[in-house]
Amino acid sequence: MTKNKVRIQNAVTYGMVILFWVVIQVMDKTGHLTSLFKGLLVPLCMYAILAVSLNLTVGILGELSLGHAGFMCLGAFSGAFLTNCLETAVPGVGLRFFLALILGAAVAGVFGLLIGIPVLRLKGDYLAIVTLAFGEIIKNLINVLYVGRDANGFHFSMKDTTSLGLDEETGVILVKGAQGITGTPRAATFTIGILLLLLTLFIVLNLIHSRTGRAIMSIRDNRIAAESIGINITKYKLMAFSISAALAGMAGVLYAHSLSTLKASSDNFGYNKSILILVFVVLGGLGNMRGSIIAAMLLTALPELLRGLNDYRMLIYAIVLIVMTIFNSSPKAIELRSVVMSKLRGGAKKEVA
Amino acid sequence: MADSKAVKMSDGALKSSASAGQAAGREKVGAPAKQTADSEKISASVDQAAGTEKDGTVPTLEVKNLSISFGGLKAVDGFNVVIGKGQLYGLIGPNGAGKTTVFNLLTGVYKPDTGMILLDGKNITGKKTIEINQEGIARTFQNIRLFKELSVLDNVKVGLHNHHRYSTVEGILRLPSFYRIEKEMNERAMELLSVFDLDKECDYKASNLPYGKQRKLEIARALATDPKLLLLDEPAAGMNPNETAELMETIRFVREKFSMTILLIEHDMKLVAGICERLTVLNFGQVLTQGETSEVLNDRRVITAYLGE
Amino acid sequence: MSFLSYFISGVSLGAVYAIIALGYTMVYGIARMLNFAHGDVIMVGSFVIFTVVSTFGLNPLIGIAAGVLACTLLGVTVERIAYRPLREATSLAVLITAIGVSYFLQNVALLIFGSNAHQFTSVVSLPNLVLAGGNLIISSTAIVTIISCIIIMIALTAFINRTKIGQAMLAVSEDRGAASLMGIDVNKTIAVTFAIGSALAAIAGALLCSAYPSLTPYTGSMPGIKAFTAAVFGGIGSIPGALIGGIVLGVIENLSKAYISSQLSDAIVFAVLIIVLLVRPTGILGRKINEKV
Repeated sequence: MTKNKVRIQNAVTYGMVILFWVVIQVMDKTGHLTSLFKGLLVPLCMYAILAVSLNLTVGILGELSLGHAGFMCLGAFSGAFLTNCLETAVPGVGLRFFLALILGAAVAGVFGLLIGIPVLRLKGDYLAIVTLAFGEIIKNLINVLYVGRDANGFHFSMKDTTSLGLDEETGVILVKGAQGITGTPRAATFTIGILLLLLTLFIVLNLIHSRTGRAIMSIRDNRIAAESIGINITKYKLMAFSISAALAGMAGVLYAHSLSTLKASSDNFGYNKSILILVFVVLGGLGNMRGSIIAAMLLTALPELLRGLNDYRMLIYAIVLIVMTIFNSSPKAIELRSVVMSKLRGGAKKEVA
Repeated sequence: MADSKAVKMSDGALKSSASAGQAAGREKVGAPAKQTADSEKISASVDQAAGTEKDGTVPTLEVKNLSISFGGLKAVDGFNVVIGKGQLYGLIGPNGAGKTTVFNLLTGVYKPDTGMILLDGKNITGKKTIEINQEGIARTFQNIRLFKELSVLDNVKVGLHNHHRYSTVEGILRLPSFYRIEKEMNERAMELLSVFDLDKECDYKASNLPYGKQRKLEIARALATDPKLLLLDEPAAGMNPNETAELMETIRFVREKFSMTILLIEHDMKLVAGICERLTVLNFGQVLTQGETSEVLNDRRVITAYLGE
Repeated sequence: MSFLSYFISGVSLGAVYAIIALGYTMVYGIARMLNFAHGDVIMVGSFVIFTVVSTFGLNPLIGIAAGVLACTLLGVTVERIAYRPLREATSLAVLITAIGVSYFLQNVALLIFGSNAHQFTSVVSLPNLVLAGGNLIISSTAIVTIISCIIIMIALTAFINRTKIGQAMLAVSEDRGAASLMGIDVNKTIAVTFAIGSALAAIAGALLCSAYPSLTPYTGSMPGIKAFTAAVFGGIGSIPGALIGGIVLGVIENLSKAYISSQLSDAIVFAVLIIVLLVRPTGILGRKINEKV
């Protein structure tokens, strides 16, 4: 019975994403899409993927992470790096993009594992601040990273381009410190974004409703009890954390291929970005993947839709955030809502929760 | 190994599946790959020691001289107990006597300062909680610890985690093994739930169950791990007399049906006197007395410990 | 000599972090919430002082008084409107409203003052201290900052240990439910905590902007995060922890800027934080919490 319910719920989620794709295609063909909105389509998919993947850590594993943008950053740079490296070896942009997606996810996933091993024994706010710290470290390190290639192979430096010591004839600078990576082909399209979002949903939803997912949620609900019935806490925490990181890395690769210049700036990959993703997750509902997608898409589109209001748009965004949270989470608001709802139903019968 | 076991467990009726599971559990104990070199050495020497016990039968649980102190306070001091296979054993004593601490020592939540814990003659002292569960001890908690957001069915299925395996990749890709083993798990979990009369509530969120049923679900979840020894920490706490009476029936039933060895902590003397065969009384961390239930309950020292002079 | 001068300016920066960290640590200890908007209260305080001093040309002390007053009111108002309704909600929900408040304050400042940097006039107009025949110059701002920090620490410790409301704060941080059963007005106590934390943020803003005079709507954000790091580093909830954490972080940041790389100084600060937390999971002076089974 629950199984069918789960199936229906999941089908609705997939269906919603596909419907969104269809609607956008129709609007595009009939010329109803503004160029502004077109530019927003890939970011919409990216944020939805990031929110779903973070929800795996925060909602399903129950650990607060503020370093999601760091994993996205790792994915973006390793993916863009690969695409640029293989420019001559693999002529097809599509294939290079595909390989970049795999590499970006793998790099972010491995880092998730490496960071998770020491960090996941911390709890609550301590874990939050350490993940934030890791995100900032990753961003800062990539910001001073210089990579070049010449006939002798790859050269790395943390200082500047001249200290790479590249051969003047054959040398190419691939990663240029704070100026980042330029010239990545803009291969990311809305359709690819939607496909990646569906892939993310497939992985996360199937994971949750499996043996592994139950083990992860049991740790969230009661670590001590989970241990007492033989659940390997470390293993499943790490698994959830690194899958979440890998998916964020994949979103990063998508992002890198939607820009001509990729920089590890604070705007792109700072802690504020991690917090933004967390906002989507919390407003969409912890553990609720469909909610994450809706919240990510609405809140990403909102400032753009409010562009007419110019300077006031971020202010309105902030107020919406505060009001929505209070409305969603305040005990009084919840009570008020249920009273209003029962009145709307017209019955004096109050539903017993 | 796990797969073959899973198959064994799923066929046949409840009773046969349980005993098959236990047999498989014992095979696992013998597998040296599971053990570290260290514990192997100890357990080898202990196996011999335990083998020389009276008339050759190895007790399910044997605890020798178990002690732990917290910051100078001896919470448990020289605790001993021998529990034979299939016994229903009670651990009683006034509040703060160290009963739950004994449970925490037995399940590896705390590491003992001194002493030895033998399960079926095998030394499990100092092992981690999850290893001890895999060796065959499962428990419930004084303050109920369910997986609140999971369904009743899923709570039990988490208990089945180590006995019915498929990999994460198989799960994500929904390979045939996923459907096969999930089906086995569902059937086994429903069997267990029906023992506790919880099968109709299998879709409820665990936190939505009434209190008495939550306690039962905790027992069902512990049994799902297929233990040799079940530890129940105040199973009747917060229950009314009717619920307690019903619980006594359930505990008896579990013991018969699964030929389970049970050690329980309880304050409800009616329950203790009604179902326990032997008792150990703890007071200030030390064993005050132990023996047959009726003898112990009539012991002056026990009455004094509970009521004061 | 240059080492000593870097070290002293590090201590001074650390003292600012410590004052900000107090706000975080007190609010966390008593209301169990991460007040992400605390950094932006610093920015608001700085802008108030900037307006009073640079626009109206009044005495810096009046400016600081106005800043403290404005921030106190702001802290109490924000607590009343945005945080109190969520007192019984999950800590994540409160975190999100705090983020909302942070965006709100930044954008209000953006609307009023624009995104260009404003030149903040130092509130300290004393001459610098010249030692060792001109080889070692210690800025008067640094001295004032360090002294202010010491005074604030002593005063705050005395306030908490000696006054009734201070004891109430301790009680609420220990066990909110029990405190309210003992007749302590929890809401009032939390409001007072926010008032004190926000007042301190205004002072921290004045000192911070005197040392680093470029003022924008985002000025408070990064120091806020660093001060929070300092609070965690020292053991969140602990006042001496905030002091130690702040100073250590400030010194590490300044020395690594001077000797390693200015771009990597933040990374180094965060790396030290991670190492400390891995060794001592609740910070240097944090209490170890054991979960009862």
